[in-house]
Amino acid sequence: MARTLATDATYSKATVYHLTLFFLQFAECVMKPEQIASIAHLARLSISETEVPVYAESLSSILSMVGDLERAQTQDVAPMAHPLPGLTQRLRADEVTETDQHERYQANAPETAASLYLVPKVIE
Amino acid sequence: MSIHTKTLPQLAAGLRAREFSAVELARHFLDRIAAHGPALNALVSVTADTALEQAAAADRTLAAGLGGPLTGIPLVHKDIFCTQGVRTTCGSRMLDNFVAPYDATVVAKLKGAGMVMLGKANMDEFAMGSSNETSFYGPVKNPWNPGLVPGGSSGGSAAVVAARLAPVATATDTGGSIRQPAALCGLTGLKPTYGRVSRYGMIAFASSLDQGGMMTASAEDAALVLQGMAGFDPRDSTSVERPVPDYAAALGQPLKGLTIGLLKEFFDKGLDPDMERSVREALAVYQQLGATLKEVSLPSIGLSVPAYYVVAPAECSSNLARFDGVRFGYRCKDPRDLMDLYKRSRGEGFGAEVKRRIMTGTYVLSAGYYDAYYLKAQQVRRLIANDFERAFGEVDVIMGPTTPTPAFGLGDKTSDPVTMYLNDIYTIGANLAGLPALSIPCGPVRQLPAGLQIIGRHFDEERLLNVAHVYQRETDWHTKVPAAYE
Repeated sequence: MARTLATDATYSKATVYHLTLFFLQFAECVMKPEQIASIAHLARLSISETEVPVYAESLSSILSMVGDLERAQTQDVAPMAHPLPGLTQRLRADEVTETDQHERYQANAPETAASLYLVPKVIE
Repeated sequence: MSIHTKTLPQLAAGLRAREFSAVELARHFLDRIAAHGPALNALVSVTADTALEQAAAADRTLAAGLGGPLTGIPLVHKDIFCTQGVRTTCGSRMLDNFVAPYDATVVAKLKGAGMVMLGKANMDEFAMGSSNETSFYGPVKNPWNPGLVPGGSSGGSAAVVAARLAPVATATDTGGSIRQPAALCGLTGLKPTYGRVSRYGMIAFASSLDQGGMMTASAEDAALVLQGMAGFDPRDSTSVERPVPDYAAALGQPLKGLTIGLLKEFFDKGLDPDMERSVREALAVYQQLGATLKEVSLPSIGLSVPAYYVVAPAECSSNLARFDGVRFGYRCKDPRDLMDLYKRSRGEGFGAEVKRRIMTGTYVLSAGYYDAYYLKAQQVRRLIANDFERAFGEVDVIMGPTTPTPAFGLGDKTSDPVTMYLNDIYTIGANLAGLPALSIPCGPVRQLPAGLQIIGRHFDEERLLNVAHVYQRETDWHTKVPAAYE
């Protein structure tokens, strides 16, 4: 696989590098605890020490299943983001259509004061 | 015949003939919910006061000689649809105290059509699950056997209709969440074409896949409900501007000349042999009705589960970023700083499966992996959509099983996520391609309901409903009710 990619001029060096990483990932399919901690940080999720190995195992198993995608021949296949063909993003006129309902919406907020959302102090 | 086993047209006729009022109808179903709802754990909220007010309004409309086929008909909404002034939890601790400030378009439209809301159905947390075991409010039981799962994620909706606690429940389908529980509970469940039903106010999981629909006993009932739900909505940027046909008028067309595609890849070694027998018996009925069977192959369909488990978690990780403990939803106690507030609110507010999917999505979208996972999955998605398009050049509808097996036991598949994900192996393809698909009950498998799946071309709901309806005129599987709920 790596040889095919290396000889294909349409792939940049960076792509080959990332694809190699990609296939290496599947060769092992093991998420390490530090990777789980890093992903959880990126996703802003606190997870406990005891949960780390559980997620490591299940994410490894999911990524190993997802690894089957490698089998597909996708050269020159346009990625599909929207399930209906030929539709474009609809735009509306840039005008105010909503009335002020902040009190109603803020009724669900954990903490507000003077119509503002409160969070812990960010700037000392 | 009991009032709760009547079809929608029978209920509408009864209301018009003053055999019973909408208030009496609502009370009948509220009594059933009080008697059976808690044991099945099918509902998160019961809205009895709202129901009786809406029913009284429906009675006034009917008394004035006004209203339509849905006026006064009770329903339960999946708790993913925002309902103004009513708690909307999405099955999550994150939204345990969330009172929606507005109605979803689906809710507003069905309310406008005179339907009466009885309550909100339990569901897998944020619609992520195939067995309704990920809900913060606990698992839903299958009315056919309380030791079995009802399917998911719309498991509460399925249990409600299967036990005849309401004649209609709304539901949503991202990878099979309407069709799979409909199959496991012996119901008709329709996932319309992507863009046919507005997603406004339907809490987002994976925006390029999510679609609202319904569960009912029959295709005839589903046609009436779809009529009330479908249509263009300027508030949903993916809603399609296209007239809504008269679905009920399309029912009853003969099937002579219909070509049914049998999806070769769905009749594989993973399919329970008894399930295959049941599906093939249903196909034989279609042949007797004049349809022709033709084998079709979708070479890339085998990659639908892997493609889905990149695309759906990626979109989920983006959509669920809005839950940050600031504007609404759960907030942790005594946050040290803003980062701690974000992390602990999300860590404590979301359940394990939701966190797993957010992390999977975060990983596949992270720097250096985007091309290898997300782009690749989107390319495979195109291959699958192309496969369907080619097949629909040869056949009018595609049929196969909805699920590989009938309902499984509570707790049987919770230890390994991938085993759970494979329940959706036959349903995910239609979501990836945006196609309409429905599941109808065919002959039982070991005394449990089984589903026949029918997939159609984009916006071909009329044909799907007709094909299902004509089968239901010939068979009575869709009229079966679990003995405890007759």
